[in-house]
Amino acid sequence: MQYIPNILFLIILVLGVGYFTLNIKKLIRNIKLGRAVDASDNKSERWRNMARIALGQSKMVKRPVAGFLHIVVYVGFIIINIEVLEIIIDGLFGTHRIGLKVLPESVYGFLIGSFEVLAVLVLVSVIVFWIRRNVVKLKRFLSSEMKGWPKSDGNIILYFEVVLMCLFLVMNATDTTFQNLGHGNVISQFIAPWFSSLSEGTLHIIERTAWWIHIAGILVFLNYLYFSKHLHILLAFPNTYFGSVQPKGKFNNLEAVTNEVKLMMDPNADPFAAAPEGAEEEEPAKFGASDVMDLNQIQLLNAYTCTECGRCTSACPANLTGKKLSPRKIMMDTRDRLEEVGKNIDANGGEFKDDGKQLLGDYITNEELWACTTCNACVEECPVSINPLSIILEMRRYLVMEQSAAPMELNNMMTNIENNGAPWPYNQMDRLNWANEE
Amino acid sequence: MSEQLKVPTMAEFMAEGKQPEILFWVGSAGSYDDRAKKISKAFVKILNKANVEFAVLGEEESNTGDVAKRAGNEFLFQMQAMMNIEVLNAYEVKRIVTCDPHSFNCLKNEYPSLGGNYDVVHHTQYIKELISSGRLTLEGNTYKGKRITFHDPCYLGRANNEYDAPREVLKNTNANLVEMKRHKNTALCCGAGGAQMFKEPEKGNMDINVLRTEDAIATKPDIIATGCPYCNTMMTDGVKAKEKEGEISVLDIAELIANS
Repeated sequence: MQYIPNILFLIILVLGVGYFTLNIKKLIRNIKLGRAVDASDNKSERWRNMARIALGQSKMVKRPVAGFLHIVVYVGFIIINIEVLEIIIDGLFGTHRIGLKVLPESVYGFLIGSFEVLAVLVLVSVIVFWIRRNVVKLKRFLSSEMKGWPKSDGNIILYFEVVLMCLFLVMNATDTTFQNLGHGNVISQFIAPWFSSLSEGTLHIIERTAWWIHIAGILVFLNYLYFSKHLHILLAFPNTYFGSVQPKGKFNNLEAVTNEVKLMMDPNADPFAAAPEGAEEEEPAKFGASDVMDLNQIQLLNAYTCTECGRCTSACPANLTGKKLSPRKIMMDTRDRLEEVGKNIDANGGEFKDDGKQLLGDYITNEELWACTTCNACVEECPVSINPLSIILEMRRYLVMEQSAAPMELNNMMTNIENNGAPWPYNQMDRLNWANEE
Repeated sequence: MSEQLKVPTMAEFMAEGKQPEILFWVGSAGSYDDRAKKISKAFVKILNKANVEFAVLGEEESNTGDVAKRAGNEFLFQMQAMMNIEVLNAYEVKRIVTCDPHSFNCLKNEYPSLGGNYDVVHHTQYIKELISSGRLTLEGNTYKGKRITFHDPCYLGRANNEYDAPREVLKNTNANLVEMKRHKNTALCCGAGGAQMFKEPEKGNMDINVLRTEDAIATKPDIIATGCPYCNTMMTDGVKAKEKEGEISVLDIAELIANS
């Protein structure tokens, strides 16, 4: 009978970690629905980017208030999680504060003391975050794409963090042995008096309850990630690694197009030549993207990484002047559609059944795509190296090359380039006239 | 400007069996747009003054395809690129200078994988070179004490991380440089990029160029300096929309230097 708590703990742990692993596998499968992309270049620069941007939070501090608070929560989150290690060992082996047995009392006290201080700092930051979202009403948290679930999601994450931090402090405050130790109860010594009228037995029950809810809460939070924008705490790392290492102005050249153009321009090419061996089996390349499967795997990883902070949208010239385009919505739409495709695959035994929907039109409209100035402000702003512009370009390519659906003025402009090598209808032979004009 | 500009072509250089120091890529705007043509002339004036042996492609130049690419027409872009690359490679062009950041970005970043490898520089970078090597000296004090604010072109700044060259060049005018609140990597686009220059904007509550002009006006400038023919058009229109054309002029850095 005495092993029941240990067994219960093991079951919770296995369920929590197991379900999370299952969902992460699903996430990887979904990302792999995208086109493969080679990112094996510039390894050292990529590692540097990850260290600087994700680990070092270098882009977060571009907005000092949010950046500073974010660093507090981030550091707090990582460091306090060392405590989880102790909780897991205690839970599995029925020990109590195993750290005290392994570490000198002063070291242990120092560790827990720092966790307590961090817990309070995290609490304060999280409350400020909540006020920014719900009371101050920052513009970037109020856009139309933030209504409903995204808004709740943002708040739920904050509530989770408040509850977890409070449980950690209560757990320490009601642990009489720990309080009597006199080390490390930097904060909890001030909470302990609130419980001083209670009997030892009641205190123990409160301590045990806080302990159990704390670890259960952590496991629930872990599993909440997959359904939340909060995935960024994990994906920011691979995402900054795979982020572009090229100048932002460099847009990729489509290889499929290169091959066709080369053939067209080669005077020796035989237009009636039979297709080379095996060519028939190859599906004709689709130009651009109309759905998530046409995007590449990094773009899909981008979509899962987006934490909907809206810095991109708040810097987007189109959005600032009232156009429908919001780079954040492009990322959210991509993830929503990818999730929909994933669920479709799950429901149909591992095979995607056409649902008559696609990213273009059902999620992202032409109007949004044509409002982009390709200025790279969104790419510059993103604190985790997401590139909404590359998705916009890929979808424009589909509109233009597969559907000939560019706005009329742009079609005229492109016809001019084709006919006379300039976006306006001027004669190519007049190209140097400017030099001789008054 | 009654003085005759010397604008030799690559064909003329070739006929003499010579290779110019640089190819001046004029670009479509610089060739045909009335406002941008003045920028091309100003830049030629600078090149003549600094005794730079340069040439243009003239009738053999064609649109880079940049705008087609941003509009999504990769076919047209690559056709244009390959045609231009054939011409450029036939002339064995090594170094290209252009006043258009869009051509600059396209030639520098998107031509290489199609077979066009050149040392491509923006005219502000080249002018900086001419000044620091002593080939170009500015004696005049035309703009001394004037308030000038520089509008970063997206395709020079964010796209290629060049923020300093235009500012360093401007310092040589002895003007008083003032920065807009949004500048360098946070600069707001003028609204022309991504093929917007050639179409009506989508429905919204204001035009991007007007918003950007408001940024500039907040610095109380005498002159808004640009480094891109499209930005120049957009900012000029913005200044007109704000009815400030009597007080504020919009000039390319090449014009400012040519007049200095």
